[in-house]
Amino acid sequence: MSAVTALGRLRAAATGYAQPAATVRHRHLSDRPLVFVPYAMAGEAFAPLAALIGDDPDAPHLFVVPQPRDRQRRFAHVAELARILVPYLTEHLSSTETVERRNDEAYERALDAPQVIVPSRGGIEYLHLLGRSTRFRRTEGEYAVHPDVPLMGRWCTYLADRARMPGSSVLLALTDLLTQTWSTGQSDLENGELAALMGWVDPERGRTGAETARDAEGAPPAGPATAPEFDEKLAPLIAAYDTAERAENSRAAARAEERIRDLLGVELMPTWHRVWRGLELMRELPPGASVAGRWETDRMSYSLFAADLDSPDSRPQPRIPGAVAAAQQLSRREQAQSRLDTEQLRDDPLLMAEARLSGQAFRGRVAAVEADRMVTEPGKKQARPRPLLVVRTTDEPLLLRETELECVERPKARAKLIAVADGPDGTREVRIELTGGMGRGKTPEEGSIPEEGELLCWTVAASGFRGGPKWPSPEETPWTHGGPPEPRKELQEGEVRQPDEEELAAAEEPWV
Amino acid sequence: MGTTDTRLDLLRGSLPTRNHNARTVAALAANPGCARRGVMDAAGIDKTVLAARLGQATAYGQSPFAIVRGHAFEALVKADGGAGLRELLHDVLGVPPEAVADGEYAELGGELPEDAEQDKKRPGREERVARTRSALRRALEDARPGLCAILDHPLLPLDVSGTRAYLEPDAMACLIAGRLHVVEIKSFSVIDGGADPAKLASAARQAAVYVLALQQTMAELGHPPDVVSTDVVLVCPKDFSNQPTAALLDIRKELAVTRRRLARLARVDDLLAPLPAGLSFDLGEEAAPQAVADAVAAVPAAYIPGCLSTCELAYFCRAEARACQSGHGPGGLAGTLGTAIRGELGGIDDIGRALDLADGKCAPERGEEEIARVLRRAEALRREVLDDVAARRSAGLAGAVAAS
Repeated sequence: MSAVTALGRLRAAATGYAQPAATVRHRHLSDRPLVFVPYAMAGEAFAPLAALIGDDPDAPHLFVVPQPRDRQRRFAHVAELARILVPYLTEHLSSTETVERRNDEAYERALDAPQVIVPSRGGIEYLHLLGRSTRFRRTEGEYAVHPDVPLMGRWCTYLADRARMPGSSVLLALTDLLTQTWSTGQSDLENGELAALMGWVDPERGRTGAETARDAEGAPPAGPATAPEFDEKLAPLIAAYDTAERAENSRAAARAEERIRDLLGVELMPTWHRVWRGLELMRELPPGASVAGRWETDRMSYSLFAADLDSPDSRPQPRIPGAVAAAQQLSRREQAQSRLDTEQLRDDPLLMAEARLSGQAFRGRVAAVEADRMVTEPGKKQARPRPLLVVRTTDEPLLLRETELECVERPKARAKLIAVADGPDGTREVRIELTGGMGRGKTPEEGSIPEEGELLCWTVAASGFRGGPKWPSPEETPWTHGGPPEPRKELQEGEVRQPDEEELAAAEEPWV
Repeated sequence: MGTTDTRLDLLRGSLPTRNHNARTVAALAANPGCARRGVMDAAGIDKTVLAARLGQATAYGQSPFAIVRGHAFEALVKADGGAGLRELLHDVLGVPPEAVADGEYAELGGELPEDAEQDKKRPGREERVARTRSALRRALEDARPGLCAILDHPLLPLDVSGTRAYLEPDAMACLIAGRLHVVEIKSFSVIDGGADPAKLASAARQAAVYVLALQQTMAELGHPPDVVSTDVVLVCPKDFSNQPTAALLDIRKELAVTRRRLARLARVDDLLAPLPAGLSFDLGEEAAPQAVADAVAAVPAAYIPGCLSTCELAYFCRAEARACQSGHGPGGLAGTLGTAIRGELGGIDDIGRALDLADGKCAPERGEEEIARVLRRAEALRREVLDDVAARRSAGLAGAVAAS
């Protein structure tokens, strides 16, 4: 955390109102996101208890499992979820554009992609477990499930995996969106609970954010974990349902189920409304300039995953990824993280303020321009345009000579730092040499050189996104990493892939 | 002034009591600077009741579903005189099945949950400690290959800031050559070889307390502390099933941290010394919350956000820390925002004062010049950026209005 962020939090604590932590929205928001508010039963590995789901704030679907330990009811529940989720997740696949790729075949990219919003990070883990517990299920034989169930499992796994890719927006926790945008006067731990966080961000009339947040601490939790005192109320209702089921009294069982449903609906609704309200607040902020570019990467990832699902050789995501796949995934996430950091910094002057405070960037007016300066660089025959700028700033850049710089306001421009000297009135004068963004000609392109008086922000140039290391193919996995996996069987024309041992074991594992 | 015990009795009055367990010792060790918690724990006060009287009740406790499942799973692991547990030990410790197949299975109490009221039929705590010691002695004297005694719910004493706490691990396994392993049975699942990191960390912290207590007991019995393995056997349900699976949990780090922090805990006598004579937290059920608050406030606290998940008084202490002022503006103590922010403020604890420094409203003290300069620059940058953005937005709005 930098002092700029810290000050926002201090100011929030002192005033009782949330303070801006960002000046733009750094994530894509869909016009029609799907909100998913799940609850799981306490103490179980993964036993869905209830969920509110839907894309219409006024018409959520409420699905409830009256006895979460009952296997049949669980699968009935996931089939209900699949009826909403699968159509939503696949509906964008029909309208696509053809995209050419440099070292690969062209592919069809969906024009838009789905977006699932959960209240807090627990919801992302919930989707991961929902995917893990359903994607291996068989659609025939004993314990057969509806074909949509394993399909939804693979989609949920995709979403939960993708959510770990920095900057992605197909699955977002609202608490993450809000804390990136606002600083509150409470700790990160307290920000993890949506009700209190929304109290700060969206105070009630006539009350401060701090007061609203304090009041909200008794509110139903955003899940997936339930409140223990709520479970005390729920336990006798579930017991009543069990008794009625045992007595085969279907009317009593239906009544008990109705009561459980009502209780859970009342507990979940406040979170449902909060999520939509939170999204509304997020929409009021303009998106960062690079948000669309990152969403394009999401659309690509979505389209490629859907294409893989369609291929006859497609298999569910493994329980534990192979060594090569895991290393690739980590490296992709690292690259995405550095791309995200760079882009967010350039999109958001408040984040840039942190870089300026730490001396990694400076902003000021151009005090002098030597536009027709030409330099013959060592080893070159021809002199190239190397205009010189003097930028006067109140910032305190801590940059070495020769540091490569880029400019927020003129994204094409590249420059090199020559010297920093003291200027008038406690300012600093940074001499920089333009090295790029002036076109290929012998003279700089029209308008490519900043003019005197322009207000510009310069920062250390991003190192660029390298392709990353060359990875071995899975067949060449070194013995240190477990050696090559069992070779895959070649499929004949029209043959359907059979699940391997690993998948069969996972399909047969009890879910009790 | 009276003896320590009479003073603690006076502090507690007729408030319900609650004994230390591994969770509370771990929580106390997590915040060793908190005198308030130290005193309350030493007096054995049930802080839930006190929090309610302060009007700051915390929603605390465990779901009935989780409790039922936890008990059922533990019973399953220990069924048939620990036969299943022996199987798991053979698996996880990498010893041949014969090495753990035989040996005493000592049930040492623990029929009732630890919070239950003292039952007449249940042996007293000191008696259970004595039984545990003799079971340990027997196991170590009889130690020979092929014998592995299992102690079910032993009771171990541990000195915590001068008072005796009693800890009850789920089980202990006494293996060949006298190596002792603490067994922790937890009902959270291990899915594809991984578990919830927060739950795992909390299990490791609790297990460290057991290992520490066991090491002390072994030392008293004349054995070197390293007969106690720092690899704890963690038993959890596997994937989505009820089937138990075991893993070794290396708790050396947690053990070192717990030991160091328990050593740093001030002795109860020292905590009691500065308190006003005759202080009691028990002012009756009808007492005004403010009066109770005054009594509690007599003992200084060290609130950190982590307290919210480990201490019943957390809401009270948080409100106190937020209201704290030192002649500057409101805001309270920076520690309420987390530990990271304290690092950023270089030792300035008061939010109001940090803001006054940032706004140039007060002069830095010696040694604070640098942090004050950083805060002033940070504030200037914040203002510049936010004013700029606001100006551009309103210009944009005005433009939009003009265009329409």
